[in-house]
Amino acid sequence: MSKNNRKKFALDWITIGLYTAFVIFGWINIYGASYDFDQTNILNFDHRAGKQFIWILTAYGIGGILLLIDSKFYDIFAYYIYGFIVALLILTIFIAPNIKGSHSWLVLGPISFQPAELAKSATALALAKYMGQYGYKVRSLKDLIIPGCILFLPLLCIIMQKETGSALVFFSFFLMFYREGMSGIILLLAVAAVTFFVITIKYSVTTLAIGSGSLGIIICCAILLLVILFYLYFKEHKKKETGFLALGILIVYSISVIACHWIDVNLQWVSIGIVIVSCLYLSYIALIDRKTKLVFVILFCFGSIAYCFSCNYIFEDILEPHQTTRIKVLLGIEKNLAGEGYNVNQSKIAIGSGGALGKGFLNGTQTKLKYVPEQDTDFIFCTVGEEWGFVGSAGVLLFYLYFILRLIKMAERQREAFSRIYGYCVASVFFFHLAINVGMVIGLVPIIGIPLPFFSYGGSSLWGFTILLFIFLRLDAERLEKVRQV
Amino acid sequence: MINDNLYKRGYIISAIVALVVFIYILRLFSMQIMEDKYKDAADSNAFLKRTLYPPRGLIYDRNGELLVYNQPAYDIMLIKREMPQDFDTIDFCSTLDITKEEFIERIHDLSQKRGYSRYTPQIFMTQLSMENIAKLQEKLYKFPGFSLQNRTLRDYTYPSACHVLGSIGEVSQSDIDADDYYKRGDYAGRDGIEYTYEKQLRGEKGVEILLRDARGRIKGRLDDGKYDIAPKAGENLTLTIDIKLQMVAETLLSGKIGSAVAIEPQTGEILALVSNPGWDPSILVGRQRSVNYAQLVKDKTKPILNRATQATYPPGSTFKTIQALVCLEEGGITPNTPFPCNGPSSQPIKCTHHHGSPVTLLNAIEQSCNPYFWQAFKSTLEKDGYGEDNQLFKQNYNQWRDDVMSFGLGQKFTDSDLFNQVGGNIPNEKFYTRYYGSKGWKALTIRSLSIGQGEILVTPLQMANFMAAIANGGYYITPHLNKSDSMLQRKHMTNVDPKYFPVVKEGMWRVFEYGTGRWHKIDSVAMGGKTGTAQNPHGKDHSLFIGFAPIDNPKIAVAVVVENAGFGATWAAPIASLMIEQYLYGEIRRKEVFKRLSTTATNPDVKE
Repeated sequence: MSKNNRKKFALDWITIGLYTAFVIFGWINIYGASYDFDQTNILNFDHRAGKQFIWILTAYGIGGILLLIDSKFYDIFAYYIYGFIVALLILTIFIAPNIKGSHSWLVLGPISFQPAELAKSATALALAKYMGQYGYKVRSLKDLIIPGCILFLPLLCIIMQKETGSALVFFSFFLMFYREGMSGIILLLAVAAVTFFVITIKYSVTTLAIGSGSLGIIICCAILLLVILFYLYFKEHKKKETGFLALGILIVYSISVIACHWIDVNLQWVSIGIVIVSCLYLSYIALIDRKTKLVFVILFCFGSIAYCFSCNYIFEDILEPHQTTRIKVLLGIEKNLAGEGYNVNQSKIAIGSGGALGKGFLNGTQTKLKYVPEQDTDFIFCTVGEEWGFVGSAGVLLFYLYFILRLIKMAERQREAFSRIYGYCVASVFFFHLAINVGMVIGLVPIIGIPLPFFSYGGSSLWGFTILLFIFLRLDAERLEKVRQV
Repeated sequence: MINDNLYKRGYIISAIVALVVFIYILRLFSMQIMEDKYKDAADSNAFLKRTLYPPRGLIYDRNGELLVYNQPAYDIMLIKREMPQDFDTIDFCSTLDITKEEFIERIHDLSQKRGYSRYTPQIFMTQLSMENIAKLQEKLYKFPGFSLQNRTLRDYTYPSACHVLGSIGEVSQSDIDADDYYKRGDYAGRDGIEYTYEKQLRGEKGVEILLRDARGRIKGRLDDGKYDIAPKAGENLTLTIDIKLQMVAETLLSGKIGSAVAIEPQTGEILALVSNPGWDPSILVGRQRSVNYAQLVKDKTKPILNRATQATYPPGSTFKTIQALVCLEEGGITPNTPFPCNGPSSQPIKCTHHHGSPVTLLNAIEQSCNPYFWQAFKSTLEKDGYGEDNQLFKQNYNQWRDDVMSFGLGQKFTDSDLFNQVGGNIPNEKFYTRYYGSKGWKALTIRSLSIGQGEILVTPLQMANFMAAIANGGYYITPHLNKSDSMLQRKHMTNVDPKYFPVVKEGMWRVFEYGTGRWHKIDSVAMGGKTGTAQNPHGKDHSLFIGFAPIDNPKIAVAVVVENAGFGATWAAPIASLMIEQYLYGEIRRKEVFKRLSTTATNPDVKE
């Protein structure tokens, strides 16, 4: 082989090092979490730590094989792989046995396997293939219709398998859409939607000190009014109008609150009224000064109010009862520590009791005495927090941050859109898992049963994440061979 | 909308990731570093602290006889959280022999108590004996949430000395608040010695820290018991009581309401302390305690009252001994001062005995001559006249009162380990001045005091103690019950010069030789004593006696009171004499007298 023919192969050893560190530290914690008083051998294959060791070895095997496959393969076969996995997902809906209410596991003799774990890689490949084709650019929302379909097809299948948590992971691809040109407003709207939802639900039953109405809606209206005032002042530079509007709002609110002492004033409707009047004032300014962008603000306000009113409906009637309770537990509306709140409470106790340096390996009482259910899978971060303390748990988070930032950096150094898009998909998926999993364990996010990559026990998920990562490593290794795509 | 600077969005996405991680690390910081509540919650989850109760100290009498020891008992504990939905109540109830209603009531009651928690063991039933518990112990595995806690109950060798020993009972909320050693359901001494020496007898509780898993199963000890604390057994206690003497005295008092106290004069050690009626101490143990206690409280003969330390009586003629000493000390009389006695026609106090006239001190004590002591009292108080505004008289009265109180009368023994004393009364100047006006009272007004009647009130313990002080010839050691606690430094000198004591002691010897006690003399022992017959507003006279023996080297001083029984010479004197015999010889020799006294009741209400 002459020197010129030799392929430039630049494997990112830092990422592989991080991968190895995660997997080994995860394994140690699985041993801690599944530790039993009569089981002492970390390599006992009847126990979870021993089994995880096999999963880790096989994962390295899979990773090695993936590194051997030429990157053209993924480009060429992306749609086929996607199509095969979607078919498998659909098949799974019908033939999978019911395991704890979910129909997501294919059982082949002694091996059970979750196709949803592969769907992330397959969808990422298909998205990369479609969006990476020559001449494709996200110019408007229309351009996202087909990528949206690619994304929602497996998502729907997985929802039908009753694995809502895994399905939600697919929303992480919106981060990639944003990188590829989707308007940031979509992300802001998503943030606004979550904010309004939380406020409406959290304060829907709060009794007001004076007057009547839903405190949630009153707060949401106040936020909308602030948005209007800020927009008018900072974007449109209408200082006089802003002052006029702000004064009006203050006067009406004050009168209403004072009136509450004598008559029952429904402050909710007063607030909505103020928002509507403010919008009318905005449309007046829009007409006079031909500020068409103000129309979007008006639409946002009306949309938000309508959304707030539908929140309770979504919450009570569309969500499953266990999802409703999980959200109620998170928002502190329900405090049933023996029932729905038990997991999170015990998980917080485990982490909080770890202190600065932790109780030491195999010394976590919450862990050892099995106070946290699912501790070796979804709640593995508890073990880290309890036995390794703040140093251990914050350390893991910082390494994860470094890992994800490295993936983003790697994605940005790609010369081809295909591998860049795929790289962003990988980074987004890991970020989503990290944010949701750790967030739920420390009580900031409702319980959504998704694993912490490389840490949680389980072959399917470890294989799934390994495949997702190593395909990217292979793509990245060949980046120098590619011609920069514009 | 084409944006050629899309790569910049990589930084925004990176910033979002970093922000989320930053928020999570802040949250971890607040949970793990700033807050302690999670640590406490984890500990209370995992560590089951089981109290190990120490055996309570044993109690012995002065001769090493075991009086009080421990028997095993069990409390049934319940951790409500671990009781399953499908708990087999019927099986549980039949095993324990309780009704379903009782079961439900107990579950309800324990949940109402202060400090109740579903997560920690709560007392379901207390103080069950080995027999009660045997069936349950075998089937305990069937009743999750229930466990047994070892306890000790008291047991008694003799059905005796109830007031001295006292009893133990469950601590009250105020005990728990006052001393954090106690937890709900603990036992502590409620009265008697068990109360006074609670701290020595109780020992130190131990604790074992067990690891409990999420389903409440015990998974071993924390660090193999490194943090466990072994219980420290309570200290044993040796009493000054002679249990044989105590039992003899109790037998002699049976059927009577009264009290007997015996003291070793040189040491102040209480040899016997009897109050009748009493009870068998074993009835106030365990589950029957509350029922039996309520019955004792209701009994109209007031068995709960420790008459030896809590009941006060006019000392009657027994007081003449002190009167003689004080009058000698204050110069009101000399041993040879004669006073006339006109027998029953004497004024203002008549004499109840027949003897010659005039009398001097020795005969006066021997014959218990009331007129003599009235005149002695009068000449002592009036020795300086009355003075302006009655001043000189009152001064002498106060001196007289001081001297009397120096025998331990009219006040509690504050340096003693005796529980529940009352002080009695030697009226002070203020009392009479309030009653009669500053100038309105003279020796004549308070003449009853001269013969131990009137407002003067003493407890049987105080009587035995002043007897001991006379026997010692001028001092007493604070009477006490703990043998190992040397009280010799708590020596109290009386105000009376020791030189005056021999003549009074001789007079008391003559009581046994020629006087009111001559029928109750013990052969071959020279002894002294004084009878008393105290008038009182509650009916028939109280029969009183104080005595000591041997004269030269006193080993025992005794006081006996039999309420509403008549002459001192009839009841109290023979009882005291038999007690002295028992103590000096270790046996009763006058069996006929013993039998007659112990089978004769003076009060029909007293059981036994």
